[in-house]
Amino acid sequence: MDSEHKGARDILYIVRRYNPVADTAPHNQEFTVHVEPGMTVLDGLHQIKSEQDPTLAWRFSCRMGVCGSCGMLINGKPMLACNTQIMHVTDRVLTIGPLPNFEIIRDLVPDLRPMFNRHISGMPNIRRDDIDPKVTPTDEYYQTPEELTRFLQFSYCIKCGCCLAACPTMAMDRDYYGPMPLAQFHRYNVDTRDGGFNERKKIAGGPGGVARCHYAGECSNVCPKGVDPARAIQLMKRNLVFTYLKLAKQGQPCKTIGPDPHAKRREGIPEAPPYTIAQK
Amino acid sequence: MRETKFWTWHLLAGCAILILGSLHMITMHLDGVWGLLNPAGGHAISWDNVAARAHQTIFVVIYILLLGAALFHGLYGLRNILCELGIGKGMRSFVNAVLVIGGLALFVFGTWAAIAAQAV
Repeated sequence: MDSEHKGARDILYIVRRYNPVADTAPHNQEFTVHVEPGMTVLDGLHQIKSEQDPTLAWRFSCRMGVCGSCGMLINGKPMLACNTQIMHVTDRVLTIGPLPNFEIIRDLVPDLRPMFNRHISGMPNIRRDDIDPKVTPTDEYYQTPEELTRFLQFSYCIKCGCCLAACPTMAMDRDYYGPMPLAQFHRYNVDTRDGGFNERKKIAGGPGGVARCHYAGECSNVCPKGVDPARAIQLMKRNLVFTYLKLAKQGQPCKTIGPDPHAKRREGIPEAPPYTIAQK
Repeated sequence: MRETKFWTWHLLAGCAILILGSLHMITMHLDGVWGLLNPAGGHAISWDNVAARAHQTIFVVIYILLLGAALFHGLYGLRNILCELGIGKGMRSFVNAVLVIGGLALFVFGTWAAIAAQAV
């Protein structure tokens, strides 16, 4: 690494460490990292692990802000380590800790299982009584671009947990479902292909549901993908209230469009190659 | 859906407080402008005016509605605050029971007072 590179400097990493086998409580450990412009927080952690302390633990995968694995508390704010450049957040000291509002497995690794369990409990998939997509996989759902925009931004969520870490209600009330699961409930509730609202409303309208949200809005402020979970929760509150008052529009899920009977295969298109595994 | 039901009534009670509370404030503080609600003239809380309002059924109904809305809105909000302090399920049930019993007792007492005042 060229230390003469313009803007290169040493940054003090203050990393929250915790090994449940050896430690009774989390503690801070300091590392000095030589940082070049463009280096991400994740790059700095890799440098520490390879050059200073191989026992440092954190979770990562894609390195490009897609997988949502490397969410951590960076200078007091939940962020993804992979798409946060060090010099964008500090020029001297960088504090790094695990995401708050989660149990710590080790060092910077939070236990995200409660979040995923709550996400799964809200049936985050297209649910319909009349159609099994696995039975009619060739049919397409009829959905307009306007209907798509109702849920599109919420489908950008990568389940990194930053919103739950920033949520003040989560910090107080551990029964609260949290922004990500509730936003995903809403994402499917407003999808015109879906018919699972009546199942999800039991959870979303229950003791840990949307009524607990104080609308602090921090979930939306910290989301690395620009999703607005706070908005989703407020919209779902409205849907639930209107449903209770019987003022909500009771629409059926959209219809499917089967294969076009008049469609003709264009000439010159080669046949698909044979299956490489036996078909049932 | 139980919380949705409570939340919805919390909102409706808030709206009722806004309307009925505004009426109360107008009656109490705009007596010079809104003399209809203070038929005896003078100050809004003079005995004659209080008695005159208490004898009108519409005011008795308004008092009872405002009392119910304020009690539900306030006690539901208090319950939410207490429940978010991280108390256990047993304590939550206790808090719920205390607030329901206390709220009902206050409502019954206030309703009785409003109806009894009509007969005075």
